[in-house]
Amino acid sequence: MSIFRRRAMGLGAIAVAALLVLSACSSESDTATGGAENCEAYAEYAGNEGTTVEIYTTIISPEADLFVESLQEFMDCTGITVNWNGSQEFEAQISVRVEGGTAPDLAIFPQPGLLAKFAGNGLVAAPAKVAESVDANYSPDWKAYGTGPDGVFYAAPLGANVKSFVWYSPKTFADNGWSIPTTWPELLALSDEIAAGGAVQPWCAGFGSGDATGWVGTDWMEDLMLRFNDAATYDAWVSHDIAFNDPKVQTVIDEAAKILKNPDYVGDVASIATTTFQEGGAGIVDGTCAMHRQASFIGGILAADYGATIVNPEDTDVEGGITTFYFPGVSADQRPALGGGEFVGAFSDRPEVQAVQHYLTTADWNNKKAALGGWFSAHKGLDTANVADPVNKVAVEILQNATVFRFDASDVMPAAVGAGSFWKEMTAWVAENKSNKAVLDAIEASWPTE
Amino acid sequence: MSTLNRSRAKSAFSSPIASAAAVVIATLWTIPTFGLLISSIRPEQAINNSGWWTFFTNPEISFENYEKVLFQGTLIQPPMVQYFFNSLAITLPAVVFPITLAVFAAYALAWFDFKGRDFIFFSIFALQVVPLQLTLIPLLQLFAKGLSINGITIIPNLGITGTYIPIWIAHTIFGLPLAIFLLHNFLRQIPRELVEAAKVDGAGWFTMFRALIFPLSIPAIASFAIFQFLWVWNDLLVGLTFGAGSKEVAPMTVRLAEMVGTRGGGWEVLTAGAFVSTVVPLIVFFALQRYFVRGLLAGSVKG
Amino acid sequence: MNVAMMIPQRSLWDTVLPNLTILGIAIAAFLGVIFLIFVLAERASNNVQNILKYIVFLAPAALLLLIGLIYPAIRTLIFSFMNANSSEFVGFDNYTWAFTIPEIRIVLRNTLIWTLLVPILSTGLGLAIAYMTDRMKRAAVIKSLIFMPMAISFVGAGIIWRFVYTYEANVNRPEIGLLSSIWRAMEWEPRNWLLEAPLNTLLLIVVMVWIQTGFAMVVLSAAMRNIPDEITEAALLDGTSNFRRFTRITIPMIRATIVVVLTTITIGTLKVFDIVRTMTGGNFQTNVIANEMYSQSFRQMNYGTGSALAIILFVAIIPIIIYNVRQLRLERTER
Repeated sequence: MSIFRRRAMGLGAIAVAALLVLSACSSESDTATGGAENCEAYAEYAGNEGTTVEIYTTIISPEADLFVESLQEFMDCTGITVNWNGSQEFEAQISVRVEGGTAPDLAIFPQPGLLAKFAGNGLVAAPAKVAESVDANYSPDWKAYGTGPDGVFYAAPLGANVKSFVWYSPKTFADNGWSIPTTWPELLALSDEIAAGGAVQPWCAGFGSGDATGWVGTDWMEDLMLRFNDAATYDAWVSHDIAFNDPKVQTVIDEAAKILKNPDYVGDVASIATTTFQEGGAGIVDGTCAMHRQASFIGGILAADYGATIVNPEDTDVEGGITTFYFPGVSADQRPALGGGEFVGAFSDRPEVQAVQHYLTTADWNNKKAALGGWFSAHKGLDTANVADPVNKVAVEILQNATVFRFDASDVMPAAVGAGSFWKEMTAWVAENKSNKAVLDAIEASWPTE
Repeated sequence: MSTLNRSRAKSAFSSPIASAAAVVIATLWTIPTFGLLISSIRPEQAINNSGWWTFFTNPEISFENYEKVLFQGTLIQPPMVQYFFNSLAITLPAVVFPITLAVFAAYALAWFDFKGRDFIFFSIFALQVVPLQLTLIPLLQLFAKGLSINGITIIPNLGITGTYIPIWIAHTIFGLPLAIFLLHNFLRQIPRELVEAAKVDGAGWFTMFRALIFPLSIPAIASFAIFQFLWVWNDLLVGLTFGAGSKEVAPMTVRLAEMVGTRGGGWEVLTAGAFVSTVVPLIVFFALQRYFVRGLLAGSVKG
Repeated sequence: MNVAMMIPQRSLWDTVLPNLTILGIAIAAFLGVIFLIFVLAERASNNVQNILKYIVFLAPAALLLLIGLIYPAIRTLIFSFMNANSSEFVGFDNYTWAFTIPEIRIVLRNTLIWTLLVPILSTGLGLAIAYMTDRMKRAAVIKSLIFMPMAISFVGAGIIWRFVYTYEANVNRPEIGLLSSIWRAMEWEPRNWLLEAPLNTLLLIVVMVWIQTGFAMVVLSAAMRNIPDEITEAALLDGTSNFRRFTRITIPMIRATIVVVLTTITIGTLKVFDIVRTMTGGNFQTNVIANEMYSQSFRQMNYGTGSALAIILFVAIIPIIIYNVRQLRLERTER
């Protein structure tokens, strides 16, 4: 018991000290921001002092801290407190909370498919002001993903990511004299060349992600689907207008197998399933493997946990430096982009909730958030100057210029497939060496009949 | 006198092989946890790049992990210490409430004679298997909206969402079936003569409970309390769901689960966090373990 | 400037004190009410007490169970005959689904393996350890070490066992999993432990046994302590061997306790989902009912199939209940 008492005392001392610093600090900042100058931009959100808005999300610390930081000025000026509530259990808990009558004010949905579940079932239609702002600042594709199956617009886009990237180390490539492939055949040829060298494994992959294991495999499928078929076929595949075991999908999984199920390229195929997606990329940092296909966001993880530095492709002398090249299409002039993003839906129409909802669609906030690093969105007002990370900069350019942009299919498909059989079967594909056809047949069989 | 017998018996019984086997098993059982303890005092790079056993050939100690986990919060995330106190505030009432109600019910089911007694007892026993996950939504609705049937309010919306109360009630409900089952097994072993004698002395049902049943069942209560404490302290799902997302009432496990998974790394903080959350249950166990001697199921020995 | 450090510290102190106050008030109020009830009830006449005893002793628990468990259980039963969002009845479709889809058959098979192995292994080991340490010096240390996993949350256990089972496919990178390292040291080829069925299910079961053995040991050892010394000593004088004493005296004497321990662990095992969920996510043919039920209900939002799995779980427990009923009847008639 005494241990705890002493610890509590120690805490008390820290708390007192912290309070002192805080008060000193706030009086200082009072003089700094005392003038209404900074707060003028927030005039339209006035009248909500002392209110609290809960945002429920999968985004947790440390990423979440940057969100709160980006909202700090908004909170100070409007008097609205944003209660950022991140949970790993979001996907399951959001339905429990909505059904149970304790829905949050705002929820950040990482998948449009999940969002659609709450359309007309708890979600409140986005207010006109938010809809206008989204119309003005995002492409119609993005607005469509925030619209429910009932045609009502519910959720504004928030962050974005681009998945069509192959990560590599410019130093490793330069040292070995490898060049960046621009077509799918070139990519396979390069893989052969690296494999023949013997010193470095051509590819690293990791499908592991707790109970979401397998999503990395679905990303591979989707990226190749956009390359070996046109966008219309991709859409038909997502909406199940073509069967999951259609020959067109069969082609795609056959192509994916050329890399992922080739032991010369990836080493032990089965252990892809038990390697976490974070560890999957570690090999390109320490030079054990050459390439890693993964979304833009892996850079931050590799930098934080595996000592990587994100560099420009020209920086061939940085030890542990990593960057990306575009995941090539069948031909060099074909450049579709696969990506994902989050959507902010409201379960309440209180004015302070709508204020936060609207503020998150402004160029002001998007630039503020991007400037804090490691983040970008599809907002047209986002100034690439605010995106410091070279890979993210490329990603924003892809988002803003892509002729074909498609959303991660598994996030849009019904949950039974997109968060169920598609993951599970891609995992079994590598883990149990399940055949290409058996995988597609099993997913097709699991598609819910409505 | 029984202690005398015991010590005499002890020497006669001790078998070196049995003792050695017990020591071996105990060692095996401890190795994984020991690995956690070692990992928790190693620096981050070391954890990711070498096995914890290499610590012995190349010891690198860093208490930063604990410092980081316990006292460093962020803008939105209070430090672990706060969750520690939340866990405490959840656990103690969530041990006292169900055990009190369970002793009451076990007493009624063991000693009152009424029709349907066995049926009720076995229904309660069977309720143990109702999966927690499926009770979440109906219970949450009850706490958040109250209960009304055909527009008639039976239970009003009590406005207790986001406080400890729903968590306490939920833990009480989930703890009851097993508590009643085990305590009933204990209480029905109290010799009938004792109860009859008390009746002859004119004790009513309430006096009998206070003066006879309750004092006799204290060891059983204490040993069940340990288990209930462990379950509640280590629970994730109830705290997560009935806390309704409020950090002010979320237990340590919720924070710990949040730290797992998002990132491949962060093991140095996780191991430290996991170890901190284990300390209190261990203290409780060591403090109360002597009650196991006369404990919980002592009564179920026939004779 | 270090904003990140101070704000939580302030809120920490702000919440810790109220926490302790709430804690104190809640417990004091609860016990106060009970004290008051007893003071009043004991003064009531016998007739009043006869009615009051049901209200005070039985009604609170019964009421809580009614709204907290029985009502949800009935709801689940109804939902199991309905479609994904519980809007229309579909008859036995969800059950047909459960017994025909190959993946779910694997789930059912695994659950069966779990419920057979975990209770037997944990109880067996717990019994053996309890017996071995029964009269041993410093048994408390041994017992505490074996009990320790009980004190660790499933979240913590997942972290602990990761350092045992993790496998590094790339030979150039160091092995951080204990099991693989031992294998390498022995110059055996390590396997990808969590990937190979059915080995992986057995390894997950090891984690559950690791946790539950402490429970079995503590309870059984308490029961053994209560075997009257006269009986064991009589056996000793007769020169009965250790093993015979164990099978002829100890086990029959604590049989009822063994049944209780087996029952409790079986039920706990049927409901286990955290271990599977954190360690394999139910992949690689390691899935069990409780995990699949959670995934169906909340991941895939199909309350119909989720509920059907819950009902299957409930039905699975019925034989155990019946056995316990008969056991209790037997004891009642004996007395």
